Amino acid sequence: MNMQNSNLQASRIDLLLMSEMVNPGSRVLDVGCGDGTLLRILSETRDVDARGIELQQSGVNQCVARGLSVVQGDADTDLVNYPDNAFDFTILSQTIQATHRPRDVLEQLLRIGKHAIVSFPNFGHWRVRSQILFRGRMPVTENLSFSWYDTPNIHFCTIKDFVALCDELDAKVERCVALNAQGQRLGVKIPLFMQNLVGQQAIFLLTR
Amino acid sequence: MGQVDQTTNRQSGAQLRSKAREVEGHVITFPADEPLELDCGTPLGPFSLAYQTYGELNKDASNAILICHALTGDQHVANIHPVTDKPGWWEIMVGPGKPIDTDRFFVICANHVGGCMGSTGPMSENPETGKPYGLDFPVITISDMVRAEARLLDHLGVDQLFSVVGGSMGGMQVLEWAASYKERVFSAIPIATGARHSSQNIAFHEVGRQAVMADPEWCGGRYIDEGKMPRKGLAVARMAAHITYLSDDALHRKFGRNLQDREKISFGFDADFQVESYLRHQGYTFVDRFDPNSYLYMTRAMDYFDLAADHDGELSKAFEGTPTRFCCVSFTSDWLFPTEETRTVVQALNAVAANVSFVEIETDKGHDAFLLDEPELADAVSGFLSAAARKRGLKLNAELEDAELGS
Repeated sequence: MNMQNSNLQASRIDLLLMSEMVNPGSRVLDVGCGDGTLLRILSETRDVDARGIELQQSGVNQCVARGLSVVQGDADTDLVNYPDNAFDFTILSQTIQATHRPRDVLEQLLRIGKHAIVSFPNFGHWRVRSQILFRGRMPVTENLSFSWYDTPNIHFCTIKDFVALCDELDAKVERCVALNAQGQRLGVKIPLFMQNLVGQQAIFLLTR
Repeated sequence: MGQVDQTTNRQSGAQLRSKAREVEGHVITFPADEPLELDCGTPLGPFSLAYQTYGELNKDASNAILICHALTGDQHVANIHPVTDKPGWWEIMVGPGKPIDTDRFFVICANHVGGCMGSTGPMSENPETGKPYGLDFPVITISDMVRAEARLLDHLGVDQLFSVVGGSMGGMQVLEWAASYKERVFSAIPIATGARHSSQNIAFHEVGRQAVMADPEWCGGRYIDEGKMPRKGLAVARMAAHITYLSDDALHRKFGRNLQDREKISFGFDADFQVESYLRHQGYTFVDRFDPNSYLYMTRAMDYFDLAADHDGELSKAFEGTPTRFCCVSFTSDWLFPTEETRTVVQALNAVAANVSFVEIETDKGHDAFLLDEPELADAVSGFLSAAARKRGLKLNAELEDAELGS
């Protein structure tokens, strides 16, 4: 377990930060749950009723074989099936940039869940900016390792863009955490424009 | 087809009936004054259920798993079948150390009411006439079968099932169980099934029934009295149905256009092709273990199943407030119950925020995949049941005793 945790810490600090935002014992829906890593952290450390949706069938089957409650489904089309306020927390981890209609998806997350937790790669990061500015090429970084022609990420946004979308949807930002390239949390007092420049990833905790 | 006829032991309805009576296992008979209230309005009584159990019921009766068999299955899930001498139909899934682990769980499987393996069905004696019911047997529905099983569980002292599991028609019963007895079902695994029988499936069933009824030996359903048996009709019904259990790819992989015991085509109507010979074999071996009238009743029960219609046309209403954990499974090449049918169930469950898992398994084996060696099915079932057992706080008898000693 410790071993697993330290591996996890190295790879996905964002998952641990997100799991800390979830109140123990609550009902959680992880949209785009992949192989269920976050669901497992949540079940084991926060004693939550954790469910997942995953697009890839192989990921779903792995999750179910591990005893996680996961269905095959598409964030763009299948969230409409869930009732209002069905969950205490809905989570969209590193997935919003791969959806066809991020705005609709976010609206659905806020409808289904009392809180929504969204993490995404920040396209406003200075490395991204400098690659476009100086190389004139679409950025390929460690965090965003695809070429423009084969990327599943079709709707990138910056931290500022996301804040603007939250405003448009009347979503309240309860917390916003930006992580640097090493996965370390940036200080809360750092102004938004700086977070947008040096934050490689962002995690938002939202409510309506 | 006459050729195959000669190679198969002819067996009359009476013989089949006596064989079914010899079946080892349990039979519970509910007396005439405690009849089964049927959806068609006729009470059925007395009625019997023949059932098998495996494993041991723990002290707090919390480890029972009910397995619901498919259209032509029976209660012999994990023991040598008394009529065919073949292994139980789900030994791959049920047994010590198997995904449905009989070292941990108390497994129950009953022959459905209307069946022909010891439970009351059209082959049974009608108390009013002293003769076999035949078509005087009332039409049975999926929910009638479930209601009968609930009576069996009362008898066994099982208030809540730890899980109810079944494929195809068995899966329909799983859904009916979850809808009708919410508090009695802790978890449910409907496999390769749907919340209603599609028009195409009803059509295939009608072909099968017409084949049986067109056989002159069917005698308007009174073949037992007449000492006859509509073997050919039932065999044709089974042949047609069997095609729907497989897939084009599976048939092609298994048989292609290969010829049976010959170098070239015969320019006649013998079984030139292996696939023909295979189907004839399937048809004729089926007749040895299944009652033709029971086939009519079982197929009808599936046709009538429409869980949404029973709940104002809204499937999600069937599951409103459900505390049950679901694991729905479908197979990519199943064209009898395609994945879309399962997805409809999953969407209805999502609509009431039920705890649901949904696994679609990639296979070319068609509908019958649920009976075959599919490692992903085994992994899903055992992973799901283990997690459910943890949630339920399930304990074996030894663990319960330890807890008592400790307290």
